[in-house]
Parts: sequence; C-alpha cells; structure tokens
Amino acid sequence: MRRLIPSPVLSVALLLLWILLMQSVSAGTLVLGAALALFWPAVTVRLRPAPVRMRRPLVMARLFCRVVLEMLKSNAEVAWAILTQRSRDMRSGFVLIPLELRDPNGLAVLAMIVTFTPGTAWAQLSADNRVLLLHVLAIESEAALVALIKERYERSLKEIFE
Amino acid sequence: MNGGTPLWVEALTALLVVVGALAALIGSFGVLRLRSFFRRVHAPTLGATVGTWGFTLATAVQVSYERGQLYLHALLITVFIALTAPVTTIFLMRAAVFRGRLRGEEIPVPGTEEPSRG
Repeated sequence: MRRLIPSPVLSVALLLLWILLMQSVSAGTLVLGAALALFWPAVTVRLRPAPVRMRRPLVMARLFCRVVLEMLKSNAEVAWAILTQRSRDMRSGFVLIPLELRDPNGLAVLAMIVTFTPGTAWAQLSADNRVLLLHVLAIESEAALVALIKERYERSLKEIFE
Repeated sequence: MNGGTPLWVEALTALLVVVGALAALIGSFGVLRLRSFFRRVHAPTLGATVGTWGFTLATAVQVSYERGQLYLHALLITVFIALTAPVTTIFLMRAAVFRGRLRGEEIPVPGTEEPSRG
C-alpha cells in the first residue's frame, strides 16, 4: 500500500486538481484523474526528500485566512510606500529570525508565505536550519516582525507539520 | 455586456478588475522606482498576489453568472502562481545575496552570530 500510494495527500490534491481543470465529474475524467493521481506521486517519490505529514485541518484553515489577510494588509502598505516614499528614505534591510520549526516541509511552506507576502523576502536559512535571514522593505519594528512570523506562522506550522 | 447581467455583477467585476490592475501597476512602478535589487524584489509580489486575485476573482464572478454555474478553475491560476512565484524570488534572492557578499556588502550570515531576539 505504501508503495502504491506513497503520499495520499498529494494523490487527493492531484485528483481534485484534475476534476477542477476538466470541469466535469464524468466516469472518464475520474478514471483518468485517479490514474494520474496514482502515477505521478509514485514516480516522483524520490524527488521529495521528507515524507509530508499534515494534521490539524482547523489550524490549516486558520493559517490560510491569516496569511490572506496579512497579504492584503502588506499589499496596501507596500503600495503606499512605493507611491509616497522615496527609495532612500525606506528603512529596508536584513533581519535575523531564530526559528524553532524543524520539519523541512514546514520550512518550505514558511519560505513561500514570507516570500509571497509583499515587503518580506526569504534570503537565507542557516546551515543548521535554526536562523532565517529575511529581507524587509520597510522595517517598522524588528521585534514586532519577529513576533509576527514566530507567533502567526511558525506556531501554526509546527502544529500542522510536527 | 449583453444587457442580461445585473448591475451588481458588473460592478463587482469592474471593482475587482480595477483593484487587480492597480496592484499590478503599482508593483511595476515599484520595480522602476526602487533603487536597489533587494528593494525591487518586493515590488512584483503586488501583481502576483492582489493583481492575480483581482483578475481571477473577476473572471470567476462574471463567467459563473453568465453560465449559471460555478466557474472556479480560473482560481487555480492563483494557486499555481502562489506555488511558483516564490521559488523564482528565492532563487533571485540567493544569487543576489551571494554576489552582494562577493562585492563586500554587509549582509549578515545567519547562524554565525547570536540572532537578534524579539
């Protein structure tokens, strides 16, 4: 069973994606979709170094909402900064953030969240995965930023992935 | 449009398109305006987030109404962009950090000193 379906979550996601793309739930779509959902995870299993274990769907939903809200807020802030501030007046720079999250999949999701949020971009992770180097467009308060990332994102990701 | 679409659908579509287009425009303007690579890298995310969301939501609203059934697969574009755009940004950041250090710019190295505690 583990051989056949190495990552059930990925298989379900692929099947849903296929149904959405084909815009139908006919038998043909389902059969082909199921075949693809079984084939690709089995073929690509070696490309995924760590097995994905995700739990707590409620925490996931809450994290998703937080991320969307935070992105809307950062969009407005960055747009405002671009329109009203001169480039050299922006207090941009690098911030070091200590991390407790160890799961590589969780770290990957964190990297995507902070990079996709306007105003913050992932620059480097220390070799031991313990410290993150983040570039920030407009630093208002370093402590507030560290708290935001650790309390909003990292804690939820720890609950989901560890 | 065809006269059959109610005003609120058209208004909602228009609002979403305008908000999305504004975000993309301001993001592009930022690429032009910001002075260093590390600042510029933040600007395109406006188009990738609210820009894309605005256009895909507008498509979903308008087409769902016209066809009388949920038309959600435009929203998949937001998922694909969310999965791919950060990867490119991180690659560019890594290259810029590497080159910046070679040039002697002061970029902290995580893990070599005591991290700043919040």
